Amino acid sequence: MITYIFRRLLAGAVLLLVVSMVVFAIFFLLPRVAGVDADGLAARYIGKSPSPEAIAAVKERLNLDEPITVQYYEFVSGLVMGQDYDSGTDVIRCDAPCFGYSFKTNTEVWPQLLERLPVTASLAIGAAVIWLVVGVSIGVLSALRRGSVLDRAAMITALAGVSLPIFFTGLVSLALFSYYLPIFPPGGSYTPFTENPLAWAHSLVLPWVTLAFLYAAMYARLTRAGMLDTMGEDFIRTARAKGLPERTVVAKHGLRAALTPIITIFGLDFGLMLGGAVLTESTFSLPGLGKFAVDAIRGNDLPVVLGVTMFTALFVVIANLVVDLLYAWADPRVRVGA
Amino acid sequence: MTAPLDVPGKAEEAQPEAIAQAAGARDRGRSLGQIAWMRLRKDKIAMFGGGFVVFMALIAALAPVIVNLLGHPPDAWNQDMIDPALGTPVGGMGGISGEHLLGVEPVTGRDIFSRIVYGAQISMLIGFLATLVSVVIGTVMGIIAGYFGGWVDALISRLMDIFLAFPLLLFAMAMVGVLPDAAFGLSGNGLRIAILVFIIGFFNWPYIGRIIRGQTLSLREREFVEASRSLGAGNFYILRKELLPNLVAPILVYATLLIPTNILFEAALSFLGVGVEPPTPTWGGMLSEAVDYYDSAPNFMLAPGLAIFLTVLAFNLFGDGLRDALDPRTQS
Repeated sequence: MITYIFRRLLAGAVLLLVVSMVVFAIFFLLPRVAGVDADGLAARYIGKSPSPEAIAAVKERLNLDEPITVQYYEFVSGLVMGQDYDSGTDVIRCDAPCFGYSFKTNTEVWPQLLERLPVTASLAIGAAVIWLVVGVSIGVLSALRRGSVLDRAAMITALAGVSLPIFFTGLVSLALFSYYLPIFPPGGSYTPFTENPLAWAHSLVLPWVTLAFLYAAMYARLTRAGMLDTMGEDFIRTARAKGLPERTVVAKHGLRAALTPIITIFGLDFGLMLGGAVLTESTFSLPGLGKFAVDAIRGNDLPVVLGVTMFTALFVVIANLVVDLLYAWADPRVRVGA
Repeated sequence: MTAPLDVPGKAEEAQPEAIAQAAGARDRGRSLGQIAWMRLRKDKIAMFGGGFVVFMALIAALAPVIVNLLGHPPDAWNQDMIDPALGTPVGGMGGISGEHLLGVEPVTGRDIFSRIVYGAQISMLIGFLATLVSVVIGTVMGIIAGYFGGWVDALISRLMDIFLAFPLLLFAMAMVGVLPDAAFGLSGNGLRIAILVFIIGFFNWPYIGRIIRGQTLSLREREFVEASRSLGAGNFYILRKELLPNLVAPILVYATLLIPTNILFEAALSFLGVGVEPPTPTWGGMLSEAVDYYDSAPNFMLAPGLAIFLTVLAFNLFGDGLRDALDPRTQS
């Protein structure tokens, strides 16, 4: 088990390195390939109509004239040890972990990421609870009563659910349950949990349900397919043959086996979402990480976009790791085989 | 299609000619395509989805003609339709009339129907082209990984895992953000469309890649591949002539199911303001403009929303039906 954990940790570190390379390539290499020179790139990192001096300073601070390997080294070491943005005349210190520095607002990105994380986490956790409970139970029921009215209705709803863009269902739910029936607050109202837990939940119900609807639909389809496969397996027949009650067969033998692939997907989805449920946050104007990135794109504040992207990638890698370890804990075959 | 069929009836078809003659000419040479078409025709829901897809494609292709017939260019402002004090369409119902079928936009008074029709062009174009990119990369990578196995397979599989773990939407936003207004000999909307097709297509290839890899893994152990190899066929010949024809069915199915995903992706990017630039109408872009008017002009939000929903649903219904029709395991 310890060797296994060690190997997964190593794989996670490698993955993180690869991801950092890709993120770096998108932000610094790709524009150069497309024909932007160092000055042009520096201008993009300032984000307001810049003076030649400002461009020269940012170019110097980000080492855009240096070889790409040096730039990458500065970027990665900044994440671990912090970074000094030296313009030649003055130095901006960005403490570790340095997720970038916005030359537009003259602030470090990292503290702002931390500030917005609770909003995104609130959204993601609440929605995840709803979609797991609803999606998995509908999937199981549909599989057990295959072909019934419930099964058909659930699968039609699921198909509609995966075909609906979240920014449309979000708007419709706002129109219905905030405007025509003023039960929930309009978009843009968010109360932190620490201030008032009740108002917090109240302000998040619509985003939770909207976000959960899409995922519940996907998970219901996945669970149904998984359960149908599993319930046809020999070990289910064996369990029934030895006289176990159907409830035990379904819950202990069927569901447990059918759930393992769902755990994998859930880990990835949840990790991605912690990095910003971009569309939901934009639709409901929630001040989370996703909205942070969207506003930064609109305001040409590239360092912020870079910071959020890297932060999200970090969550994805961590989620991958947690899923792998959970898997090994739940299924001994994994750690022996690996 | 002359390649061996992946259907249970294959063994009988390979029997000596006497049996084939006894069975009569009618049962001979029924290709996988014909069998699938027969099954698909019976699937009313899938046929309905397919019909709607064709309908939307026609609308996109004939957009200039349709809009000309009704006489409201998508970018023309109809200020006479707008209440100057409120900025909302006059006459209630969001300005819906025989003249403006789906009403007009608040403030500008642009005809919503014309913009929906033109928006279909962008959605369909990017949806199709991006899927083509994914299919080409996914098929090549999947078939190589599945056929050669070993470290090649390990490398490509790992790559696919990494790709699937990426925060796609953020990456796409970032790419659109860092790229200049003119590059690679393109500029303006031409460049934007090219970038969107590339980004959406490039990041979605692992979905196809995984499936093709899995299919190739089982196909390469089959007798006809071994027979081909024993006759001295090279790897490239086997890949192209023996494996690829047998992969047409899954490629077709998953391409059909990837198109709606890509249409949603494009709509999301347009909604976030990093899609094709206005005033070119896109469904996602229209929705983002409608955000401020969901209370006063619900038709402005419902029209593009339903256009996306119905198109994507139609593709999904057709794709599901196609999968059932081409899958030998589902017996009709």
